[in-house]
Amino acid sequence: MWYLANYLEKNYAVSINGQESAWLIYLIVAIASALVMLGFASLFAGLASFVERRIAGRIMARVGPNRVGPQGLFQFVADGLKLIMKEDLIPNGADRFLFKIAPYFVFAGMLGTFVVLPFGANIVAANMDVGIFYIISITALVVVGIILGGWASNSKWSMFGGLRSAAQIVSYEIPLALSILVVVLLSGSLSTQGIISAQGGLPWDWFIFHSPFAFIAFFIYFVSALAEGNRTPFDLPEAESELVAGYCTEYSGFRFVVFFFAEWANLWIMSAIAVICFLGGWRVPFISVEESTSSWGIILLGLAIFMVKTLALVVVVIQLRWTLPRLRLDQMMNLCWKYLVPGSFVCILGTMTWMVLIDWNSMIGLVLRVVVFAGAFMLLAYYIYRIRFNYMIDRDNYKKMTGKDMWYPPYRLP
Amino acid sequence: MDGFLLTTTEEFLNWNRKSSIWYLLFASACCGIELMQTGGPRTDLDRFGAVPRATPRQADLMIVAGTITYKMAERVRLLYEQMAEPRYVISMGSCANCGGLFQSSYSVLKGVDKVIPVDLYIPGCPPRPEALADAVVKLQAKMMKEKYLRTVRA
Repeated sequence: MWYLANYLEKNYAVSINGQESAWLIYLIVAIASALVMLGFASLFAGLASFVERRIAGRIMARVGPNRVGPQGLFQFVADGLKLIMKEDLIPNGADRFLFKIAPYFVFAGMLGTFVVLPFGANIVAANMDVGIFYIISITALVVVGIILGGWASNSKWSMFGGLRSAAQIVSYEIPLALSILVVVLLSGSLSTQGIISAQGGLPWDWFIFHSPFAFIAFFIYFVSALAEGNRTPFDLPEAESELVAGYCTEYSGFRFVVFFFAEWANLWIMSAIAVICFLGGWRVPFISVEESTSSWGIILLGLAIFMVKTLALVVVVIQLRWTLPRLRLDQMMNLCWKYLVPGSFVCILGTMTWMVLIDWNSMIGLVLRVVVFAGAFMLLAYYIYRIRFNYMIDRDNYKKMTGKDMWYPPYRLP
Repeated sequence: MDGFLLTTTEEFLNWNRKSSIWYLLFASACCGIELMQTGGPRTDLDRFGAVPRATPRQADLMIVAGTITYKMAERVRLLYEQMAEPRYVISMGSCANCGGLFQSSYSVLKGVDKVIPVDLYIPGCPPRPEALADAVVKLQAKMMKEKYLRTVRA
């Protein structure tokens, strides 16, 4: 977006009443990009909720929403508008000011990260020098909102949910930041675009395959991001079987929409950061960083590559949610403090040693990266094989039971 | 012209409401088992956009599934009052309709409509999941007929 503003300023800057109008162009571009980000986030959140319900249906041998629009695609429109139409309740005895202000914190913490999230070679709202650090700091606003909401509701379920969430998010922020530090070491930059530029288009040029340590750091990041986003198996703050609905128990109508909107949009944020830091971002194979902004075709190709990688991760996160049971509180804390935090320290030290011993550009470095990539590729192939295996068993059972072919062909989205 | 605009808007809003009926996770007796089945693979309520919510603040529909004792009646009333407007109630099974099998008991409420307003009654002891799914469809039809914008609410 900054490129766009610079371009507009150079070519279309006009003076109004003898005064320079550059600030006006910057202001308009900033507001426009904020609206674009809001639109993208809400569209993604809505569609993700629909896709998640369909995948959940598939995993539970149900169908999922299919009445509203083609294949139920507009389910999120109906849900959102219905919730806006509902009565807006503030419980008696609640702290009215804090109760009202809590959703804003969650919303700001979520949408603030979109400022530095890139989508393509120069498609980014602001290319800050401290991009990744900014993301880690601004997501801390979410926990403030959740604690406020939990406290202000004057309900014991909300309070427990808020406190659990505080313990969880504060704990998991440490391994998250430490595993991102590995990437910062490798790229020598905190800017999101800088991190992507330091990687390459081909899989063995990505940071995840730099060494076994970076590979482990990716999984530490992924687990911590799941916990940060309150996704199963770490959805203790809103555990339905224990705490009615956690911190949003007393929220109804539009305020509740804001909470859930932030949760779905967070799916994109966590997957996008994983792709930026470890999976090569928008880099196109065989095209250097300088060439990647040369034509619109290459920029759009990079955008498509980024989207595909991110959406693949989103689907994995959704699948995890409907596969794994919830962890107990002490198990969650043990996992963080006993395994992930020491593990991420080992990853940092290991990566440092690796960087000193083996040069990134040397032949030996390349061979080792390809070896790590081959190992990861076999893991991925096994994952796909298991999914197909389960599907085949289901299909055969269905055929045996009903004498008909299963009604879901595998290519149709859930 | 004014009436046309109003009715079209109303129809759209009603369509939104009927497409997303979130029901309260609440059951007090064996009808609850059938209620769980209704969310399962055979009669999948999620097809209509109906998902269970554990908290009354976010629920649109309360399915009273099972016997209500006098002691429980207070809680049912409380849960109903905690729900946000517009709210609906389905009385599921003979016990919730009229006390059913336990009608002559000293402690059983003779029909949940004695404490809260009920929109739909499902007969049966317990009703099959198909009957509950049918009730949800009937409730959708009822929602579509409502004059949402022209109703004065408390």
